[in-house]
Amino acid sequence: MRRDYIINKKAVVAIIFCIMLIAISFSGCVQEESKEKVLIFASAGDADKLDPADVTDGESVERMDNIFEGLVEYKSGSSEIQPCLATSWNISDDGLNITFNLRHGVKFHDGTDFNADAVVFSFERQYNTSHPYNQYGEWAYWGYMFSDIKEVQKIDDYTVKIVLSKPNAAMMTSLAMFTVTIVSPTNAEKWKEDAFKHPVGTGPFKFVEWIKDDHITLEANKDYWRGAPKLDKLIFRVILDPSSRLLALQAREIHGMEFPDPASFNTIKADTNLQLLTAPGMNVGYLAMNCGYGYNDTNKNGVRDPDEPWVETPGYFEPFTNKSVRQAINYAINKTSIVENLYKGTAIVAKNGMPPFMLGYNDAIVDYPYNTTKARELLTQAGYPNGFNTTLWVMPVSRPYMFDPPKIGEAIQSYLADVNINVDFYQIDWSTYLEKTQSGEHPMCLLGWTGDNGDPDNFMNVLYGENQCTLGTAGNVAFYNNSELQSLLSDALQTYDTTERANLYEQAQVILHEDAPFVYLAYANQNLVFTKNVQGFVLNPTARYFFYPVDLT
Amino acid sequence: MKWYIIKRLLQIIPVILGVTIIAFTLIHIAPGDPARNMLGQHASQQEIDEIRTKYGLDQPLYVQYFIWLGDVLQGDLGRSILSHEQVTIEIASRFPNTIELAIAAMLFAILIGVIAGIISATKQYSIADYSVMGIALFGISMPVFWLGIMLMMIFGVYLGWLPIGGRIDLLIPFHRVTGFMVLDSIITANGAALISVLSHLILPAIALGTIPMAIIARTTRSSMLEILRQDFIRTERAKGLSERVVIYKHALRNAMVPVVTVVGLNFGLLLSGAILTETVFSWPGVGRLVVDAVYARDYPLVIGCILVFALVFVIVNLITDILYTYIDPRIHYD
Repeated sequence: MRRDYIINKKAVVAIIFCIMLIAISFSGCVQEESKEKVLIFASAGDADKLDPADVTDGESVERMDNIFEGLVEYKSGSSEIQPCLATSWNISDDGLNITFNLRHGVKFHDGTDFNADAVVFSFERQYNTSHPYNQYGEWAYWGYMFSDIKEVQKIDDYTVKIVLSKPNAAMMTSLAMFTVTIVSPTNAEKWKEDAFKHPVGTGPFKFVEWIKDDHITLEANKDYWRGAPKLDKLIFRVILDPSSRLLALQAREIHGMEFPDPASFNTIKADTNLQLLTAPGMNVGYLAMNCGYGYNDTNKNGVRDPDEPWVETPGYFEPFTNKSVRQAINYAINKTSIVENLYKGTAIVAKNGMPPFMLGYNDAIVDYPYNTTKARELLTQAGYPNGFNTTLWVMPVSRPYMFDPPKIGEAIQSYLADVNINVDFYQIDWSTYLEKTQSGEHPMCLLGWTGDNGDPDNFMNVLYGENQCTLGTAGNVAFYNNSELQSLLSDALQTYDTTERANLYEQAQVILHEDAPFVYLAYANQNLVFTKNVQGFVLNPTARYFFYPVDLT
Repeated sequence: MKWYIIKRLLQIIPVILGVTIIAFTLIHIAPGDPARNMLGQHASQQEIDEIRTKYGLDQPLYVQYFIWLGDVLQGDLGRSILSHEQVTIEIASRFPNTIELAIAAMLFAILIGVIAGIISATKQYSIADYSVMGIALFGISMPVFWLGIMLMMIFGVYLGWLPIGGRIDLLIPFHRVTGFMVLDSIITANGAALISVLSHLILPAIALGTIPMAIIARTTRSSMLEILRQDFIRTERAKGLSERVVIYKHALRNAMVPVVTVVGLNFGLLLSGAILTETVFSWPGVGRLVVDAVYARDYPLVIGCILVFALVFVIVNLITDILYTYIDPRIHYD
């Protein structure tokens, strides 16, 4: 008779039991040993590089905002600026020279002194192509935001002067941006082309280690000029998937996270150990209709010159060249419903091209209400009584201003179908999407914008000026041109008087509202989730995360 | 045998050349470029052109390829356009994580799969057989992403037994030596770290190993069934050998060749990374590295990764082929 047992079942069960015992017994030991205050924050991605002047992605900025500082910084919870590494400054009458007095007694994390040489180095390596360190980066933000800076000069060890080629009222807020924070020249000289992974700044936290795609550890700078932070260590952990992020938070493996899925808000709010921090975001999500014409900026000066004529964009679509059609589409879309149901209430319904807390926001404008009858009327008047067919381009990725673009595309499709406009979808990977929409290949597209520096020019001029209709690199993806609007925007940039600036921007918004090249959908809130024992974190409208005041109780 | 190995190693050269030429062409033909990816919505034509010139992207494709090949032959895979880090360092910092996960997943797959296959084969048409095959079918059909999240939810949140993603509890002081964290925790005699690293390996290994496990179970089952029908098995039983000896010492070894094939192929594939598992479990492996590089059109990094994956895959196949000779003496390469 054959003995029928093939496997020693008892042995197998015993082994599995032992493994589970070991795992359980050790999974509980987390924080008891260490008395250090270590905060673990989960980001949606890893940093690209740790050189503040050479990045464009939010993940890198998150880390560096706690390592580096600039001449000025944003006030807590605001997009207004205050002194930081500069104690005071003076703008010349012609608006072309800004002289800064620098703070004494500040040291970099490597022990070297912060002084004018460091400031000049941090700026010059970006704009001076003959600077020995210029070759180590692309300095993407310089051309985009600081091209009006002609030179940065050292006056003495604690005084620098920034010389502009023309007045620029947005310059002071731009100087609070991460790309012009001050780096240690000694450190840059030591590491040369590898400096991007050895960040040394003056900020409240020092860099410890970077394990790629896993985490970045920072430790407190005990000699920080404002006093040591309350946290001993700050760890940015990379958790790509929002569901996994939330699970890690619920399992108390992390203390905070960004970009929760709006669908999980009820779960978060129901959990008494979690706090959901929400604040208005500095962004706008919109539907852009291709108004038809762009230009080739052959002399690359960023302005449309008379010898650069308007040409039809590849995505030229006749109905959208008609203002009544564009207004009709504004009437046809129920934005309130989209914000309630798709943004799950985590956004404000948008009526203008920039969010409400920006200087010059025109609250007097009355938004297009949801009115399908009016929409059909306008379409008939415009000569399209039976509607038409077109294609809606939809982003494939989640953006801060639009968490789930495909769902929003579907909602728009159904609203437009109610007025006989039948749309199908077009999707392609993100960088190609940007390339093609910047080239005007779309009839209509979903897109949006997150502000960089808190200045209205950074929305109004970048997105709606006719100079931004450059084929191939357009910031104005509605390819909407209006020279009156552009001159309002250009004047506003060169005017230092804030009341006058506000006035100019208000007029600009009236024109935009009337011509309706966009359907402004929403200003998405920024949402962060922390465990209840994290105190002192203040959301900043510019969506930058500053952990200096934070404590773990 | 020695000549066989040398011949196979020489064959690697045309394979690698072919793979890299195809990959190089494909990634460059795809629309989009790294300059635009870096600059995003802030792109200006001047900056795009400057970046393209800086990285030699305005040269004809074949020129770019030969420049790259020349550098590779000197051991230089270049630097990532996006991160500025050397491609070799980018890959080397992730590869140990992928290797450890692949090994853990395959160990799980082999252990459970072979045992399940044996049970199925020896108790064919019984309830055990149908259950095992049913579980295998479930394993193949479940999306890895969903399975991963379910595992984390059940074992991580509800039961609190196992951690949620990552490689180690970040609060445990840990010193990296080789980058292989299991090895490093043993070398540095760090018990707490070792337990943490192993417990972090469990769920991703299960999620990743489920499909190979199902395939191995089915392969073992069918291979065993074939062997068990053969005359020599009947002879052994007639000789009075215990069933366990018959199955494990004789039948299994003969049935292993197809299983080794499956294991070799799957292991080779797992070494190219497992993007879904890595995403769900926040595992810093080469899967995410190469996929992110493709999205960013980070040409040097993409081609560097593909070169390494192709080499690894070919070598794993070579090792598998050599292993056959040890399992089945009838196979020889002279």
